[in-house]
Parts: sequence; C-alpha cells; structure tokens
Amino acid sequence: MADDMERTGLTSLVRSSGCNAKLPPGDLHRVLSELPPFHSEALIAGYESADDAFVYDLGDGRVLIETVDFFPPMVDDPFLFGEIAAANALSDIYAMGAEPSVALSIACFPSCLDLDVLKSIMLGARSKTDEAGCAIAGGHTISDREPKFGLAVTAVYDKDKVWTNGGAISGDSIILTKRLGVGVLMTASKGGECPEDAYDDAVSSMRTLNRHARNTAMRYSVHAATDVTGFSLLGHSAEMAEASGCTIEIDSSFLPVHRSAYDLAAFGFLPEGRYTNEDYIGSKVSFSEGFDQTLKDLMFSPETSGGLLLSMPKDDAENYVRSMEGNAWIIGRVIDRASLPVAVIM
Amino acid sequence: MVEIDARGRSCPEPVIMAKRALKENEEIDVLVDNRASLENVQRYGRAMKKQVSAKEEGTGWRIEIRR
Repeated sequence: MADDMERTGLTSLVRSSGCNAKLPPGDLHRVLSELPPFHSEALIAGYESADDAFVYDLGDGRVLIETVDFFPPMVDDPFLFGEIAAANALSDIYAMGAEPSVALSIACFPSCLDLDVLKSIMLGARSKTDEAGCAIAGGHTISDREPKFGLAVTAVYDKDKVWTNGGAISGDSIILTKRLGVGVLMTASKGGECPEDAYDDAVSSMRTLNRHARNTAMRYSVHAATDVTGFSLLGHSAEMAEASGCTIEIDSSFLPVHRSAYDLAAFGFLPEGRYTNEDYIGSKVSFSEGFDQTLKDLMFSPETSGGLLLSMPKDDAENYVRSMEGNAWIIGRVIDRASLPVAVIM
Repeated sequence: MVEIDARGRSCPEPVIMAKRALKENEEIDVLVDNRASLENVQRYGRAMKKQVSAKEEGTGWRIEIRR
C-alpha cells in the first residue's frame, strides 16, 4: 500500500510543505507579542529570546531543553518523510549543543489513507531517533485532511554547556553545516521541475542529522549556535546577531548552494515563505550595491532541516571546517554592531 | 492575447502554467492573486529573456509577458 501512496504522492495532499508551511513570521510575532507576558526564574530561554528551544533550569546544574516541530510532507515517500521530520525536530536540540533524550510524536493523518502509510512515516522517524540515541516514548495522532508529522523532543543537559544564539562576538567566524537551496528544490519538485540528482542531494541533506556537526563542534569553542530552517539563512542570522548585540557579515561568494538550486531560483521556483521572510526581516539586512537578486532569493528562502549556524573563534572555525571534511563552510564573520544586524557582501 | 488564469493557485503552479503557455505562445498574460505568484511568474518571464510588466487588476495582478 505504501507503494500505491508513492504513486499518488504524499505531497499531492498538501498545499505547502516542510518548513515552507510555517505561518508568516510577522503574523506569528504579532500574536505572541499580544499575549500576557509570562515570567519564570527557571526559564532561561523562552520564546522571547527567539532561540531554537526553551531552556528550563532544574536547579541542580542541569537544564531541561525542549522543542516541538512538525510539518506537512515535502517528499512522496512516507518513510523518507518520517526521517526528514525527525531529523528536523531533533536539530533544535543539537543547535542548543545538547543530545536528545526522549521524544513524543505528533501526527495528523487523513482517515481515508491506508494506515501502512502512517506506519512507514513512524518507522522513518524511528530510524532517525535510533540513530540519535533518543527514545520515542509516545505521541498523539489526530485525523486531518492533510498529513503532518513531527516530534516534541526533550534533552537534559549541563546548564553551563548549553549553546544559545546570543554569544557571538566580534572577530568570530560564522559557519554553516549544510548547503542552501532545499526549499527551492522542493518547490521545483512540486511542479515536477527538479532534476533527479538535485532532488536526491536535497533529500539526503534533509535526512542527515545535525548530530555529527554538533559532536564535532564540541571539540571547539562555540560562542553561539542555531539551525537554519523556515526563517531562512538571513532570518536565523538576524536572530543570532540581535541576541548577541553584534552584526553578522555574510560573504555570499562563500555560500554553499545545492546544485540546480540557483538556476531554479532564477526561474521563479521560490517558496511563498521567501517573501514573508523578507517582509519580517528585510529591514534588518543590508546588501552590497547591485547584489545578485537570485542569491538574495536563496538567502531569504525557507530551508527544511537545514544545517547548524555556528559562531566560533577564527582558528577554531578553520579547524572545525577541516574536521568536517567538506560538510561545513565559513560563510562570514562577526563584526561590531553596524547599522543593521546582518550585512551581506558579494 | 492568450490569457492564463492562475488565480487561486499557489506556487509553483502559476509558474508551471506560464511555462506551458509560453511553449506555444510568444506572448501571454498571466492573472495571479497572491504575491509569491506575482513575483515568481515575473522571475520566470525574465529568466526566459522576455519583457515583463505587471499591473494591478481587480483583487490581483495581470502580468504581461512580451517577446
């Protein structure tokens, strides 16, 4: 039955997919800012700090780190979708420098679909949580017209070892650990326009855990960290720069981009989130004069299960990139706060 | 003028509709009703080395793609 599903296509059931499905960030921010403020001494990081997960002080030198992430499918194969949804949810824990301990699954599933499809999604997720050494302890599934899947992930970790997005300092190098362009490639794929090799690259990138990137970074000094997902490279860079009180300067000539993604972006295969992201953070980013429109499009486009964005001292960054053997790139540097949080040069 | 009505469609469908229409016609108009489609269809037209302009029409836009 899973084969039948693959022919029909999980993605044919949904309007938007992956991290493209996020509510426009400006809209969400407006709602959250109108809620009564909540204050707890134990809550070290919450939604006010725009970090990847909340951090709750357990009072004994340890913290509880928790995050939730779920979305509609961007691939037709249910097992792959489960893998990608899990890798994406687990990434928020790695972006805090921690290791996931336990997770709950969240699923929405059309009652007319064969339950073997749901089973395949869950098996895919399970293969990734197994790889991560994380248990899925339960979950909740509701009937819905569009399928969606994700995880709420919990970690218990040493308080003084947590990475936040707020520690970048002038002189640091900025590192990215996955190529950009997955959002563009998945948009093209929805229209049947993504070349097979580029599609395979994107899928392989999305299902790769940020575990190795995190584990390798543990050997170096990490000043700030986050991961690149729905708010785009520029959105997450702006969050890091604002939390750190500095400016991040991205040199676009160093950006790693998936093959075919640039060309497809130039032909207008851009996810809707590319535009809502610019609405929200466009005023926080400066571009050098005559900046390439297509590169700008790629940098504003949502990524699904993207890489870690790390701020490290220059020497550590160079050693880290060397030890990552082609899976990490220095894309910029941290400078004293300039007029805007992010400056992109060519 | 061949007119493609892509209103009510979300990306990448309007781009695909424009692409198909441009295979058989040198010049087309595309009607869209959301900003992503407005931007993306114009990018497609320009990447195809066409003259592209857009104007508001009703609750959406008319994109004119010319040789």
